Amino acid sequence: MTDAGAGGALLEVRDLTVHHGQLRALTDVSLSVGAGEVQAIIGANGAGKTTLLRAICGLKAPTSGSIRFDGADVAALRTERRVAAGIVMVPEGRRLFPSLTVQENLQVGAAYARKGPWTIDRVYELFSWMPERRRQLAAQLSGGEQQAVAIGRALVANPRLLLLDELSLGLAPVVVARIYDTLPELLASGVTILLVEQDVSQALRVASRVLCLLEGRTTLAGAPAELTAAGIESAYFGLSSAAAPGAAGSAGAAQ
Amino acid sequence: MSWVNAIVQGILLGGLYALFACGLSLLFGVMKVINLAHGDLAILAGYLAVGVVAVTHLPAVWSFIVVVPLFAALGYLAQRTLIQASLSRGVLTTLLVTFGLSIVIENALQQFFSANSRSLSIGSLVSDSLHLGSLSIAYLDLVIFLVAVVVLLGLQYFLSSSRPGRLIRAVADDREAAQLAGADYRHIFGIAAAIAFATVALAGIAYGMYTSIDPTSGTTALLLLFAFEAVVIGGLGSLWGTLVGGILLGVVQQLGAQVSSSDQVIAGQLLFLLILLIRPQGITSRRTA
Amino acid sequence: MSSPAQSAPPPSPSAAAPPAVAVSRPVRVTRSRRSAILPAIGALVIIAVLAYLPYAVHEGTTSLLVNFFILLILASMWNLLAGYAGLVSVGQQAFIGLGSYSVLIVGLHQVSPFIGLPAAVVACGAIGLVVWWLLSRLRSGYFAIATWVIASIASLIIIRFPSLGGGTGEPLSGMPTGNPTLLNAQIYWTSLAVTVIVLVALYAVLRGRLGLVLTAMRDDETGARSIGARVSRAQLLVFVIAAGGCGAAGALELLSQPFVQPTAAFSVQWTAEMIFACLIGGIGTIEGPILGTIVFFALQQWLANYGTWYFIVLGAIAIAVAIWAPRGLWGLISERLNIRLFPVGYVLWPASGAVFGPDGGPAAGSGPPALHQLIRRLGRRS
Repeated sequence: MTDAGAGGALLEVRDLTVHHGQLRALTDVSLSVGAGEVQAIIGANGAGKTTLLRAICGLKAPTSGSIRFDGADVAALRTERRVAAGIVMVPEGRRLFPSLTVQENLQVGAAYARKGPWTIDRVYELFSWMPERRRQLAAQLSGGEQQAVAIGRALVANPRLLLLDELSLGLAPVVVARIYDTLPELLASGVTILLVEQDVSQALRVASRVLCLLEGRTTLAGAPAELTAAGIESAYFGLSSAAAPGAAGSAGAAQ
Repeated sequence: MSWVNAIVQGILLGGLYALFACGLSLLFGVMKVINLAHGDLAILAGYLAVGVVAVTHLPAVWSFIVVVPLFAALGYLAQRTLIQASLSRGVLTTLLVTFGLSIVIENALQQFFSANSRSLSIGSLVSDSLHLGSLSIAYLDLVIFLVAVVVLLGLQYFLSSSRPGRLIRAVADDREAAQLAGADYRHIFGIAAAIAFATVALAGIAYGMYTSIDPTSGTTALLLLFAFEAVVIGGLGSLWGTLVGGILLGVVQQLGAQVSSSDQVIAGQLLFLLILLIRPQGITSRRTA
Repeated sequence: MSSPAQSAPPPSPSAAAPPAVAVSRPVRVTRSRRSAILPAIGALVIIAVLAYLPYAVHEGTTSLLVNFFILLILASMWNLLAGYAGLVSVGQQAFIGLGSYSVLIVGLHQVSPFIGLPAAVVACGAIGLVVWWLLSRLRSGYFAIATWVIASIASLIIIRFPSLGGGTGEPLSGMPTGNPTLLNAQIYWTSLAVTVIVLVALYAVLRGRLGLVLTAMRDDETGARSIGARVSRAQLLVFVIAAGGCGAAGALELLSQPFVQPTAAFSVQWTAEMIFACLIGGIGTIEGPILGTIVFFALQQWLANYGTWYFIVLGAIAIAVAIWAPRGLWGLISERLNIRLFPVGYVLWPASGAVFGPDGGPAAGSGPPALHQLIRRLGRRS
């Protein structure tokens, strides 16, 4: 079920269906992100959250449906061209270049950057521990430090829409909190954020809209204030939820 | 006396091997492509140089200026067409495609240049030698060695300190993450291939000056094998390692030749097997296998 | 999320449909789509015809056929290595040469070289074991080049033995004297017999548990290991079998052309021919190498007068096939006509008789194997 987003959405995804071979990973998913928003996608493992982000940034071609960025259809654009248009993803698991140093990772991120407020120096200001570690190999950093560098690498490209895939994966809660603390500054610089998060409470804390996926379908969409814990729980796990407001029906059947 | 001479000759020969291995190391390190046509490409470059000299009557050294850039362009083209197409289909396909390419090149050379051997004459440089005490070092060997060192160390510097070099390393590490940073990895692969092919051309022309070549030299002279052995012995991931590997291979081969002239090649093979068994990541690599 | 293999959920038309309930439906698993009797009878007929040939045709033809059989054995072995076990070797000529030289050695001891053939198979199998121990940890690219190095070393070692002819070569001795026509016929029949044995053995092996392990490995090595399939043992077996098979081919080569020389015996040209035959015919099926060898020979006869152009064309075809028709000619044919001459897979039939397709409806192609049955077979301790 789709909810209409704010007028003039930056990102408009309509009825997206994505297959992995014969497996249908996403079915008729729609979402809409307005400029300056933070939107979160939640759901259990295998729900299709990462697939959705990968389709938006061009790493996975959808079977059907449309993705419009700033009004223009991006289907024909390869990932690199979408980066030039302003869609940048911080992938799941950080995916830093292990044999490159922190500085070099950021430099690669800046190699095809658009014009904008973010520079390597500004990233060094955002993460104050980074400058003195700049010559260390990325592979030698801790998980939280790698996550910071990965975000920095995406920022220096000056994205308009930043996709964050599972920031909290494998990180201690205090580290996760510190990373999420940087979000306001990102937003203040004009970046729109669409994030995937397994930690539901974290998602509810930062997002202005939440979308829940289950087995490739949207089961819930709305602002955190509108949602109840029971509603989220049933949408997340797919339990029968006739009484839960905001639930869009469950999809418990195997494909 | 002859042992010292053997070691010196080995070091110089190692430079030539390292020059051969350079392109292979790049292609394998960056794109995970085993180019079975590597030796034949070098010979093709040698033949093109012969052709250039025959047509223009310029001294052989000028052939570099024509053939090396030509090969660089060829490398970029080959990557964007053949190699890219086969990369998406897996390791087996790249092996088969480069193998087919090897056969095509060898037989095309035979068709157009006949099976006779050629060589690039460089005048007095071939026969003149430097005499240091009891050592006799051919000027040609020395020049080739110096060129190899300059090229390899220069490329190493290029990869570590320049923007394109950084991008090549990034794409080699994680192609998808590089895409997410805005890099067209096909283009960057193309640049790496262009560089690799350029070094192959250098090596091939040098080889043509060093000895005579015939269309099947690519396989019969075991150039591909030696290049690969140099890469493995030295360690994948650094061109400096490739230089070390080439030199080691050359030295061991020459020492083997001292024992008996028929033992030259097998000595190198045995070193290769030994490294594979006890230190497969190579001598200079800091990684574990 | 795995659904039990025996349930077939009905296709769900829209998200608003009520949740589907899994329906249990009994299912039959067979080894082939149609009866396998017809191809079996056809094979027997072909073998009978081939066996009769020395009485009917000129010696030149049977000689050609011996070469054909040799290449067929080699192509089947390379297919087993690369298409099933995922091991790309460009050094099988090591075993071909060693097979030839085994027969030579037997002949030098005044024993009939025909006895040398099983000796070659055993010797090459044993050497294969040693080589595998050396190379097994290497990943694909390194493995490939290392096999070439081994072949090179084998050649260099043999050259050092003047009793074996050194670098110049040695004629085969110890052949029984007598009617040369009969001798040629015996060589022909031996080649035919070895080829039949190889193909039958291959079929039996691939139909059994080893075949299952190999197919699972080919699709997903980690997944295969995780359900108990003995991956490294499967690879070892395949490598040793391939070594023995190539040794047999090398032995046949010497029997038919009774002069051996290291450069030719250990030439990388053998690998080129094996690979081409496999590639053109189709890697990953038993039928592929057969078809590929036929096409290869046909091309050879047709283009023989064109010298090096023959190789250029062959190389270009190999490149084109590798990129655009990776499953080869047989792959194209078997997809179109849905034939399996050597049924080594499993076919799923619901009780009604129609075969399932991927979305639960009737299939055009063959259905997926009954998963749980495969898993049980694979995981059973050997």
